[in-house]
Parts: sequence; C-alpha cells; structure tokens
Amino acid sequence: MQTSPQIQANPLIFNEKERGAPLIEIRDLHKAFGNHHVLNGFNMDLFERENLVIVGKSGSGKSVLLKCIVRLEEYDSGSLKVLGSNISELGQDELDRIRSDVGFLFQGSALYDSMTVRENLQFPLRRHADRMRGEDEEKLILSALESVGLAHTLELMPEELSGGMKRRVALARTLILRPKIILYDEPTSGLDPITSKEIIELILKVQHQYDTASLIITHDMDCARVISNRMIILVDGINYGEGTYQELAGSSEPKIRAFFK
Amino acid sequence: MPTSLNFITNGKAFFDETGRISLFAARFFREVVKPPLEWRELLKQCYVVGYQSLLLVGVTGFIIGLVFDIQTRPTMIDFGAEGYMPAMVSIAIVREIGPIITALICAGKIGSSIGAELGSMKVTEQIDAMEVSGTNPFKFLVVTRILAVTLMLPLLVIMADTVGLFGAFLVENLKGDVTFSLYFNKVFNNIVFGDLIPSTLKSFFFGFAIGLIGCYKGYNAEKGTAGVGAAANVAVVIASLLLFVLDLIAVLVTDIFYDL
Repeated sequence: MQTSPQIQANPLIFNEKERGAPLIEIRDLHKAFGNHHVLNGFNMDLFERENLVIVGKSGSGKSVLLKCIVRLEEYDSGSLKVLGSNISELGQDELDRIRSDVGFLFQGSALYDSMTVRENLQFPLRRHADRMRGEDEEKLILSALESVGLAHTLELMPEELSGGMKRRVALARTLILRPKIILYDEPTSGLDPITSKEIIELILKVQHQYDTASLIITHDMDCARVISNRMIILVDGINYGEGTYQELAGSSEPKIRAFFK
Repeated sequence: MPTSLNFITNGKAFFDETGRISLFAARFFREVVKPPLEWRELLKQCYVVGYQSLLLVGVTGFIIGLVFDIQTRPTMIDFGAEGYMPAMVSIAIVREIGPIITALICAGKIGSSIGAELGSMKVTEQIDAMEVSGTNPFKFLVVTRILAVTLMLPLLVIMADTVGLFGAFLVENLKGDVTFSLYFNKVFNNIVFGDLIPSTLKSFFFGFAIGLIGCYKGYNAEKGTAGVGAAANVAVVIASLLLFVLDLIAVLVTDIFYDL
C-alpha cells in the first residue's frame, strides 16, 4: 500500500532527551476476565506527536488495553498514567477532563444513530462548553468536518453514510475537542482496500494538522507499515517485540515473524 | 447476565436477576437527584413516549370501551340492571381496565423500543463513546427514559379512560337510547376520588416498571445483534409480568383503605 508523497508518518527521532515525558505511561499492567489473562505485565510509553502501533492477534487484549486507558475497563494491577495522572485514582470530574484530551475512534465508529452528523459533533462540544468557550460552535463543527472532507454531510443521519464516511465522521467527532492523544481501535477493519488507504492518509493528515499523538491498534500490517513510527507486538499479554516496522520485520523470532508473513 | 427467560424457572438465577434489577433501580434513584438533569433529552423522551403513543393508546382504549359495554350489556339486561351500565363500566375502566391495558400496550411498544434502542447502543459501543466524551450515559439515557415513562403513563391512562368511556357511551346511546348528559352524569356520580387517586398512583408505578425493565435489559445487552433482540423481547415479558404483580399489590393496598 502506498501513500501520497506529502503525507507520511512523522520522522520522529527517538532520542531519550528530546522526546520528553510520555503522554501515556503503562507499567506492568495486568487484566484478566475470570481465568483468562489478557494482559500479563504490559509496558508502554506514548510520546508527543508519535504514531505508536500495537499489533496482535484477535482476542489478544488490544481493545481491552485501549479501554483501560480511558477507564472504560478497570485493570487489575500495575500502573497506567495518562497526561501525568494515574487514571485509576481520578475522581469523575478529573477523569472527564482527561478524557476530553484523549480522543477515541471506535472500531464500529459508534456514531449516535438517533442524531444527525451535526448533532453527533455538537454532543461532545456541549459537554465541554467550558473547554471551548469563546469559539463559534458552527465553525468548529464545519472545520472538523472539512478536515475529514465531509462538510456536505452535516444534516445526514449516520444510516445514510457508507462505512468509510462513518469512520471519517467519527474521526471528526474525535477531533472536535482538539485532543492531545487519539486512540484508534482497528481504524481500517471492515473497509475495502481503497477506503482503508484513504483512512490511513486521513489519520496521517490529521496528525500533522492537529499535532496529536496516536495509539493505533490494528492487525492490518499494511496500515502498521505506513502509519507507524514505532510498533509493539502484543503476544500473550506482554510486549513481545518493540521497534520500528523495519526492525521488527527483520526479526528472526518466530512469533514476531508470523505477523509479517 | 441472563438474556433469556430461563431465570424465571431457576430459583438462584431469579434472585440474582431480581438483585441486579434492584441495584439498577437504586442507581436510578441516586442519579435522578444529582443535578444537572438532562432536560432536553427528558423532553424529547416525553414526546416519544407520550405523544407518539397517543394514537395507539387512544384506539385501544376506544375499542376496549366498546367491547366491554357490548359484552356486559346482555347480562345486565337479564338482571334488570341496565340502568347501572354507566356506573359499572366507568368503575371498571377507571379502576382497572384503563390502567392495566394501557400499561400492557406501553410495555409492548415503549418497553421493547427502549430495550432495543439501548441494547443496540450498547453493542455498537455508542454508550462507551458517550462515556469517553465526558457524559454520564446512565443519566443521559436511563434516567431520562425512566422518568419520561413514569410521567407520561398516567397521562396516557387518563386519556385511555376518557376515550374508553366515550366508546362505552356510543354503545349505550345506540342500543339503549341513553343521552350524552345522562350517561356522563351517571358516570361522574359513581366515580369518586377513591377510584381516581389509586388508579393514577398505580399508573406511576406501572410507568416506572416499564421504563426500569426496558432500560435495564437494554443497558446490559450482550452478544451482538442477537442480544439486542433478546433484550427487547425479555423486557416486554418481564415488564408485563411485573405489571400484574404491581397491580395485585395495588389492589390489596387499596382494599385496605376501602375497608377503613
């Protein structure tokens, strides 16, 4: 899969001194559902303006990890800091404030299907009116929709949109609060190759435009190759391999190589 | 979380489910008193639950009034008690038939629609999306819907009673030459506040039960689209059963007051 020459992943330099404090810091994270242990001491850092891709098989706990980051799931033990705050210790108000800095693009888009596209974008804005005080609501909505190329869908209902358009509108809804971090849960799953490519280009464009850090969960290796600055291979609930796409692709470890076949 | 009706025949599952519904109800009471209330959503739900059910409830009430009068009239004539028809019909409709029929209709229409709507939102992660956008989904979705059904059902019952009495009047007028003023004079001479207040009060409880069960089953739906269907279906069945239990309790309590 090729992207247009202008839109590429940020060429970040992963130098200890230059990358600053991590936006998300995870240490020894454990999560189990009954006897099924999905995360077994997972570690991860996400830095500013970075595209970190986590790949793993279906059911390996990738989506659970994202849900732990925004506390949709409680983890069992370990430490998980988002923007410097220990997520499990936050009160509801503080948690809502952190959540407004963390956008979440759900696998199925999760647009509110009883609301128009405009109302879908208004919804987070009205919840965080204080954060966006002084900004024209209409302008924010239009600007978010324009950045995903769908300004003409303002009055449409989600059911009138294609799968790719839904994903774009969901991204616009995520962007409208100008988050510092965006979590993508399988952004290309269920889409045809052309639409997948468009979504990948859009993610890169949005990252350049809004200067966000992105944590992308996927099992689409083409997506991982184009989009990532750094990758983590999640196997058996731990970060089994970590590095750039090229480094991991050259690994001789069978469990890592299995992802690149 | 049982999505089928197996828990009705399984004692442990029955008590588990009853406990979970009670906790869900307790959470409703905690959240409903915590400001701010989602007024805009509450008004929208009142419109959906109340206004959009008017035609169905009205037609049902009218037919029930007609049928009830047609069915009972010959027996009353046999006993020479034709003159008591308006009194009997009005008391039966206001005390029992109006509230229970309206509640059952609403359990089917509103309970299933709430169960399916919230169930679909749950399995498509819309509830999660709401939560990460800084909204309390329980307050936005559940509190508003339960409140709307609780507030709207008594109004629908009053409307169904009125239309039902009018339906019965048509039969009396066509078959017995009873005039409008005579019929409604007899109706209002026999209905007292002791009839109206208990039936209105129990309508609030019926509405609460329909909203609570619909929201509970929908909010806890699992297992994809099959879970959504199960949530809607089970919501109707449990709410309908619960309505009869509540009706029995209401009648027993009212009976105590009548005896005093």
